Amino acid sequence: MAERDQPPLHEIRPTRQLESVPDRFIPQPIVEPGHTFATITDHISSIVLRKKTPLGWYLGFAVSLVGMFVLNLTIGKILFVGVGLWGINHPVGWGFDIINFVWWIGIGHAGTLISAILLLLHQEWRTSINRFAEAMTLFAVASAGLYPALHTGRPWFDYWLFPYPNTMAIWPQFRSPLMWDVFAVSTYATVSLLFWYVGMVPDLATLRDRTKNKFGRFIYGMGALGWRGSAKHWHRYEHAYLLLAGLSTPLVLSVHTIVSFDFAVAQVPGWHATFFPPYFVAGAVVAGFAMVLTLAIPLRKAFKLEGFITTKHLENMGKIMLATGLMVFYSYAVEMFMAYYSGDPFERYTFYTRVTGPYRHYWYMLILCNCLAPNLMWVKRFRTSPMWLFITAQFVNVGMWLERFVIIPESLTRDFLPSSWGTYHGTRWDWGMYLGSIGLFLFLLFLFIRFLPMISIFEMRTMLPEAQAHGEEHS
Amino acid sequence: MAIGKPIEGVYGVIAEFHDAQELLDAANKTREAGYTSIDAFSPFPIHGLSDAIGFKHTKLSAVVLGMGIFGGLAGFFMCWFPNVIHYPLNIGGKPLNSWPAWIPITFETTVLFAAFGAVFGMLALNGLPMPYHPVFNVSRFEQASRDRFFLVIQARDPQFELGKVRDFLDSLNPREVTDVPW
Repeated sequence: MAERDQPPLHEIRPTRQLESVPDRFIPQPIVEPGHTFATITDHISSIVLRKKTPLGWYLGFAVSLVGMFVLNLTIGKILFVGVGLWGINHPVGWGFDIINFVWWIGIGHAGTLISAILLLLHQEWRTSINRFAEAMTLFAVASAGLYPALHTGRPWFDYWLFPYPNTMAIWPQFRSPLMWDVFAVSTYATVSLLFWYVGMVPDLATLRDRTKNKFGRFIYGMGALGWRGSAKHWHRYEHAYLLLAGLSTPLVLSVHTIVSFDFAVAQVPGWHATFFPPYFVAGAVVAGFAMVLTLAIPLRKAFKLEGFITTKHLENMGKIMLATGLMVFYSYAVEMFMAYYSGDPFERYTFYTRVTGPYRHYWYMLILCNCLAPNLMWVKRFRTSPMWLFITAQFVNVGMWLERFVIIPESLTRDFLPSSWGTYHGTRWDWGMYLGSIGLFLFLLFLFIRFLPMISIFEMRTMLPEAQAHGEEHS
Repeated sequence: MAIGKPIEGVYGVIAEFHDAQELLDAANKTREAGYTSIDAFSPFPIHGLSDAIGFKHTKLSAVVLGMGIFGGLAGFFMCWFPNVIHYPLNIGGKPLNSWPAWIPITFETTVLFAAFGAVFGMLALNGLPMPYHPVFNVSRFEQASRDRFFLVIQARDPQFELGKVRDFLDSLNPREVTDVPW
């Protein structure tokens, strides 16, 4: 048959037909044309190695230091006085501390999604954003970790959470979702740190070889572990990196799943729902991508990284934010429907109160921020405009916080017994803790962008066409 | 000088190349010429280069699998032992070995130990950290982390003969050929 002689469809390369294909179907380059191995290396490493620190960095760092000051003040006061400074009460035992914990953990998820899941899916555009997205994950988990640690009330006994041989002959309650959370979050923090560090080792070797500063050479040299780019090393390295990505993928899904168990396993109306795990994971991804955009848009401007973080990257992130935002919208709808369909009067009443009760403004804002605002991303003009992306991302950042407010303390204000109904408001110490944790996040982030390469240099090199070498086939 | 004997003070001979394709071709030719103790250095992973220098398998997958299985068993044991053996509590006659409640922790410890296996296993098999290595003695070598590509034939190669190896590497059209001192 004549068709047999034709090459398979996937091997046909576009030739002259390309001219008639509309622009939008032609893949955009991941690195701006004109870059070479040397220019990529020099551009990214010079951000770290230059002598003069830009004024903007000092300003941002100063703001983050103010946040750190507020955080230290708040934590100090809480250690002296206790968690009664927070607005928590009976019946609302979980307030800002748990809202912010879930908010930060959710933000962290985009980093792992970009570095692991998009790697496994061969989404090469992830390369220029994975490093700082992973850093964002780590710093978000650090901020998140503060809250449950203080929430225990006596944080100096937090080591009781771990099963260690003790004279009291007691064990942690391994059947409790709160214990699962301890293991999920600590594993997540550890694996994210390893993933981030392993990804950085070859770049630290680049900085070791580029820096003129003796002290810098020593520090980067220690971090690089003597990396010399041997082919055998690269072989095992790529193997390890792929395995880590494969391990991180189910891990990241498990973390927010287990966080959602904190609620779903309890019986409080508004919490006790079997579909919380996927609902929370989708929320985490939309929150995380909103935060990545919040950071990427100013950073690419400030450090002239438009050649690496192109409009294509921003647009793709906008698309993911839209897709996961719609999943979250769907989750809200299902939640409402299931409350109605369950026929359970307590469940129904909780949801009725969300829309009509004393906290209804929060709910309306939530719908505006998470359900309506991301729909801007349907329009190409908005999702290719850094300003509109940034604005939409801010809506989502706020919306995801509101979502946790609506779910966590609000459900607790209306449980089974009307005599135990109550109200909840954050106090100034709650807000201090929240602003302080943002300060901690920014503080770590500013240190990171000054002292470590914020874009993976070696992975960017592999994005150039020159990086593709073809060997003769041999068995 | 006897063939196959290491030469005092020389680690090997290194050749510098301009691009990935040249390095890959040179590595293939070197392997085909019968050299076995060779290594290649590049600023990024090059597909097929480890094959070209005759490096085939890595035990890393087995290490990660083993560590993952160990982590899973250890995590389950950690939940099972206190609840069933050490401090059993009878709550309404419910089973002591309530294994579904221990799956989340078992899963997390599996991933944790497998990740340790991947990272520390990779470093250990690669012999890292190793702050000193003879190739760092070559001053041009710091370009290997920027945009240059290197191929080294080690003195411990049974076929190693200083003059011949220099000539051989020269024939591969490199930018420069240098001896690597210990």
